[in-house]
Amino acid sequence: MIEIRGLSKTFTTADGTVEALKNVNLTINNGEIYGIIGMSGAGKSTLVRCINMLECPTEGSVIIDGVDMGALTPKQLRKERRGITMIFQGFNLLMQRTCLKNICFPLELAGMKKSDAERRARELLEIVGLPDKAGAYPVQLSGGQQQRIAIARALATDPKVLLCDEATSALDPKTTHSILQLIKEINIKLGITVIVITHQMSVVEEICSKVAILDGGEVVEEGNVKDIFSAPKSDAAKRLVFPEGFDAPVVDSFSDEHRIRVVYNGADAAGTPMIAKMAVDIGICANIMAASTKTIGGMAYGNILLGIPGGRDEVEKAKAYLKSVPDIVIEEVKDNG
Amino acid sequence: MVESFFSAEAWQTAWEIVKSEFLFGLWETFYVTVVSTLFSLVIGLPLGVLLVAGDKGGVLHMPSWVLHTLNVIINLLRSVPFLLLMIMAFPLARVIVGTAVGTTASIVPLVIAAFPFVARLVETSLREVNPNIIEAAQSMGASPFEIITKVMIPESVPSLISNVTIAITTILGYSAMSGIIGGGGLGKIAINYGYYRYKYVVMLLAVVVLVLLVQVFQSIGTHLAVKLDKRLKNK
Repeated sequence: MIEIRGLSKTFTTADGTVEALKNVNLTINNGEIYGIIGMSGAGKSTLVRCINMLECPTEGSVIIDGVDMGALTPKQLRKERRGITMIFQGFNLLMQRTCLKNICFPLELAGMKKSDAERRARELLEIVGLPDKAGAYPVQLSGGQQQRIAIARALATDPKVLLCDEATSALDPKTTHSILQLIKEINIKLGITVIVITHQMSVVEEICSKVAILDGGEVVEEGNVKDIFSAPKSDAAKRLVFPEGFDAPVVDSFSDEHRIRVVYNGADAAGTPMIAKMAVDIGICANIMAASTKTIGGMAYGNILLGIPGGRDEVEKAKAYLKSVPDIVIEEVKDNG
Repeated sequence: MVESFFSAEAWQTAWEIVKSEFLFGLWETFYVTVVSTLFSLVIGLPLGVLLVAGDKGGVLHMPSWVLHTLNVIINLLRSVPFLLLMIMAFPLARVIVGTAVGTTASIVPLVIAAFPFVARLVETSLREVNPNIIEAAQSMGASPFEIITKVMIPESVPSLISNVTIAITTILGYSAMSGIIGGGGLGKIAINYGYYRYKYVVMLLAVVVLVLLVQVFQSIGTHLAVKLDKRLKNK
């Protein structure tokens, strides 16, 4: 278990101090894939670096399986880091070493015998699906392949935690998907706790079970991915879930309509033609102003913004009707225009 | 008058000198250059590492006065003209090699002149290493010493070789100058015959050989730097 308690980090620069993290509290259970999401500058990279003490927190503590990371001597910390490995946006492989030697690197640091290290490295090349790249140099590999080698390198010392710092941000969507699948596979097979830092909601949706949303150095929302996706509360969460500005007034001419947002989370709702049924059953012809669907953990999740013509009565009738459909959350969107 | 310096007779005499002295001169130049470069590396490499690793944000952060002092010393030694440095190094040469004159004695001022230069070159090479790779090594539990020996230096080998090549050619040039204080080699031959005895052809030929030697060193250096750089895709 990773416990982050009252963590703050202040950077002192020539222009004054910058509060990168403000009183962050998080608990990450073993075996979870935990997402930490936020826009650039939200403090995600600083937060992940505080977990393995690449950045020393100004205040607060990080406790991993009972070990207070901040209280370790440099030597103890180096040893502890073998169990908390990291992959990066830029892969950060040693460019003058072959892939095999790159994977051997952390084992070399741990003092493993060369022949044993190489045997282990070859096993890892199998796991990440690149057994034929042992003798290749990083420059000869694509981005996705380099990240696979970096993952193999991170797994070499049998870590209990894998930190992914924007690990797929430099990759195209297809490669991103395959790398995320690999991370998921590793999480399931080896039971490694994974912390995923990203600015892309799609990454969180695809592999994370829990997520914390970071905004301006603070955790503004935290919980199960599906809850946050279906009902984001904070502005930062709304911005991430609806990057196109879902709640914004779409067209002014509709301003005489009331708007309600329908969030459906589950197969029952997705299989019901509720808008059409509403028109037939109660005679309210809702206007679909925006809609999106996503699949999270094999379940359909969707958002529809409906414009309801007519007065208050119609809106209440529509809300009451839609509430009868299972797995649906209704919310009236206040007209802010 | 100029013609007489380059007459058939002058070429004839010069050729005799080439045959009798050039081979040994070439060897002396080679010996002085290589030995001086080695010693400059032995002193300059650790200092260059210290300049980068000890700097703010480096892996082996040092108090700022240490780096400040080091920088002052390096700049100071680099600003003294080599001709004066040679003379100023006389007492030191006497202490180290027992004499201030001669081929081996000339290695002393050469090293004093070259190691600060090498330290700066090493510094430049090491600063080119991607800081993210160093961070990755730290995240894997590498100690500062391991980061220096297993990451910073190996990752900058191609650049280090290019820079050492620059150092060698510079030291070669300086070694020719040491002919003035009796340091042997092609420089001494050029000065003794060309300057003191007006045998310009000999000087010209000595310079040609020196130029060829620089070409050889540079070609080997460039070839090695390219060959060892695994970041280059198509070779």
